[in-house]
Amino acid sequence: MVFGTRRKPRVARWMALTVTAIELFLAILLFANYDVDAGGFQYQQQMSWIATFDIQYRLGADGLSVPLVLLNGLLGLTAVLISWDVSDRPHLYFACLLVLQAAVMGVFLALDLILFFVFWELELIPMFLLISMWGSGRREYSAMKFLLFTLLGSAFMLVAILALYLSFPPGLRTFDMTVLAERSMVDLIVPTSLVFWGFLIAFAVKLPIFPLHTWLPDAHTDAPTAVSVMLAGVLLKMGGYGLLRINAGLFTEELAALGPMLMVLGLINILYGAFIVLRQTDLKRMVAYSSVSHMGFVVVGLASVAAAGDKFNVAGLNGAALQLFSHGVITGLLFVVVGLIYDRAHTRHIPDFGGIAHQMPLISIGFMLAGLASLGLPTTSGFAAEIMIFLAAYSAFPWLTTLAAFGVVLASGYILWAAQRTLFGPRLARWDNLEDARLVDLTAMAVLIIPIFVVGVYPRILTDMFGNALAPILSRMGA
Amino acid sequence: MGVDARDFYLILPQLSLGMLGLLLIFASVLNSRSRETQVIGLLGLLVPLLACLSLWSMVDDSGAETAFGGALVVDKFSLFFALIVVGAVAWVFLAAREYLERFSPHDAEMLALMLFSASGLSLLASAADLLTIYVSLELASLPVVALVAFGKTERSTEAGIKYLLLSALSSAILLFGFAYLYGATGTLQVVDAGTAEPTISDMIRGSGYAVPFGTYPVLIGAVMATAGFGFKLSIVPFQMWTPDVYEGAPTPVAGFLAVASKAAAFAVVIRLFHEGLGELGKDWSTLFAVLAGLTMTVGNLVAISQTNLKRLLGYSAIAHAGYVLVGLASMAQGAEGQSAVTSGAGSALFYLAGYALTNLTAFGVLIIVITRVGGEDLDDLSGMGRRIPFAAFVLSLALISLIGIPPMVGFMGKLFVFNAAVDSGLVWLALLGVINSVISAYYYLNVLRIMYFREPRGDEPVSGPKVAETMAAIATGSGMVIFGIWPSVLIGISQDAARSLIG
Repeated sequence: MVFGTRRKPRVARWMALTVTAIELFLAILLFANYDVDAGGFQYQQQMSWIATFDIQYRLGADGLSVPLVLLNGLLGLTAVLISWDVSDRPHLYFACLLVLQAAVMGVFLALDLILFFVFWELELIPMFLLISMWGSGRREYSAMKFLLFTLLGSAFMLVAILALYLSFPPGLRTFDMTVLAERSMVDLIVPTSLVFWGFLIAFAVKLPIFPLHTWLPDAHTDAPTAVSVMLAGVLLKMGGYGLLRINAGLFTEELAALGPMLMVLGLINILYGAFIVLRQTDLKRMVAYSSVSHMGFVVVGLASVAAAGDKFNVAGLNGAALQLFSHGVITGLLFVVVGLIYDRAHTRHIPDFGGIAHQMPLISIGFMLAGLASLGLPTTSGFAAEIMIFLAAYSAFPWLTTLAAFGVVLASGYILWAAQRTLFGPRLARWDNLEDARLVDLTAMAVLIIPIFVVGVYPRILTDMFGNALAPILSRMGA
Repeated sequence: MGVDARDFYLILPQLSLGMLGLLLIFASVLNSRSRETQVIGLLGLLVPLLACLSLWSMVDDSGAETAFGGALVVDKFSLFFALIVVGAVAWVFLAAREYLERFSPHDAEMLALMLFSASGLSLLASAADLLTIYVSLELASLPVVALVAFGKTERSTEAGIKYLLLSALSSAILLFGFAYLYGATGTLQVVDAGTAEPTISDMIRGSGYAVPFGTYPVLIGAVMATAGFGFKLSIVPFQMWTPDVYEGAPTPVAGFLAVASKAAAFAVVIRLFHEGLGELGKDWSTLFAVLAGLTMTVGNLVAISQTNLKRLLGYSAIAHAGYVLVGLASMAQGAEGQSAVTSGAGSALFYLAGYALTNLTAFGVLIIVITRVGGEDLDDLSGMGRRIPFAAFVLSLALISLIGIPPMVGFMGKLFVFNAAVDSGLVWLALLGVINSVISAYYYLNVLRIMYFREPRGDEPVSGPKVAETMAAIATGSGMVIFGIWPSVLIGISQDAARSLIG
């Protein structure tokens, strides 16, 4: 499931395209063949890695990871398609992209905490190189900020992993997530909440949760388009995946206890992110901050688990997981469109634009579709995910949820306003020589538009899977 | 008891190291071209290396061979450390090839001195009684004084004198402690050599408690021995010399000190405390635990404010001595279900081997940088990612291993020692160790930041690493990465070495 890299100057992009296409094909195959009724971890690969400490090379997919693997496959292909014109050391560039995709696959599939951590760190190297070598603006600053934030978070995670491992008597010590998920997490060598916080900080940096989000807008702004797509589309999802898999999966009681705090943090994310978006003039920064806002919904979904015993419980986690997928494709599409516009106009400054729908009708359609999905229009995946989260959260925190719902109102505001200023209005002569989307660009957009509507119309295609993986977590709570 | 050929075979590694030193001096007199002398030396190192390997296959897993009437013992434990010492010397021959130019035509003498010291260090790992320990220690230390002062600059001479004085002082304390041990137990024998001579632990176990002062004289002896060895191990509060000497000494010598000298000193401490004073484990394990906590914390905290690279590595060496001590402190109480390698001593062995690889890699890169740029400040690393990309990349890997991030060998080592500490009930020490690793991440990552994110200091092009330097960096660096990703081999070797000690 994890693919290596190839490097050859001219053929590089075709190679990359083939590899990512095969990977997408395999991901779809995995998605289609995953037996939802059977549940659990399927297609496992297991090898003993370091026997002395029971560290294993163990991969496996369950209902939570399969859709995210699919997401990674979709965005991997898109990233290659929109990088078609990269001319600066293309072999190295595509190699980095593929390593990045492989590392993220590893994170989603690893069942051993050490392996998980290794993949988690592996993702940093190509990402760092991609931003610092092919980025724009203050790229080295942004790349370093990204690196240091994540490394700092990882340090906490490593400490938490070690504490978790050493908490059990010799012989019972293990890094295996599936085994740990069945253990009782009381009487660890350190207070359980410290271990919980160790993981939480690492994932909060990645998701990101306010106030650990400041690296994100910088990284997005200075990254090349494809990297922004990967960053928003799948790297942020690693944080959400970690929260669901480890914080919710292993420490459900702690999560429930911290629910109100998480709810407040999620609310800050949603509203703060949305308000910041309103006053952005750079298209990319706008999308970046809207990611912060949308990831707030994931946190809210997690927090809603606090209302123990309530029937909306599953919906909360389910909605959070669905939001991960949905935001992945939607924001991926937004970054694709913004990237296409930037490639042609060489500016991302919103006031410079106006009426480009006259010159670029196809790209404008893509922009509108992504925007409408982002603001949660029914029949798009954004709607399905957010409605599930709101229903679940409302039963736990009625007032805070009402406030959070304003996030959606603000989203409509900033999306429509940006669309109006950029796409519509009188035709401006200076943009007349811009061409519309080519076939490559259309393919890239189509790869993402299709899942937005499929999931929007028929969310059960994913929620059944998620529910399947997340139900055991809730049953442990006695819900 | 007579001495026969077998005795000489058993100490062939030590013997051949010393002889090779003599050979190099003769060769340098006859042939003034130092580069050829270096090649002779490098080829000559094959003799001790092969001797170690053949002895390794000869001795039983748990058995030990004794030589010279019980003065020396050869088992996998001693051979493990002999291999580290030989490896460190081989590294110096490769990595310092360019660096040594500045000492021409005296560079062969420097290598010879190092070989004499290495001979003493590997004897130290084999020493079976207190007198042999002391003599080997002196044999190992005296050449180092000359080596440290070899730079002939003011700094270097000062460092040499500092090392000489503190070395003498610590030897005196050590000897005083040995006198107490001998006075209380009536024997010098640490390891049971199969002779009529009783060992220290026999005496403690037997009549030791009946004498007027009980075990107190033994404990006083143990504390003094800890202080004496503490100097060699550079543990707090005996660490003062370390940064000064590392800074003043020629860089290859600092690398040799940090790896070979420290490993051998740990070998003898593990042997003395585990085999000789194992009965009193409960008493000294607390002492070691406290020293370990202090050493890690002080080393890491002071390292943060360093601006000189070699001083930084000096403090980092102190901190890492602390991590090894965590393993030593866990040596006293074994836990259920522990194999030899996950015990305190075994984990310390694994840590030392991993640290040796990592540290030699770091010093190897340092030598490359210092010979090209001239300075040794952190600022001199500015823009190294662009000026000498190979060196910067390898150093980055070494730094990641020093922090202890998987999949580097440094992570496995830390997992081993913290695991052992928790098993012996020293949970607080393991936690302190983990916190220390996080602190250390700050200053190691800072080096990384300077290498890749500062503009280079000068524009003049610098020459890339030479073949020998590249070989040294690749040899140690790949060991560091391979044993991190696939540690089974190193675990197996440490397991064998630990089993010969623990049984």
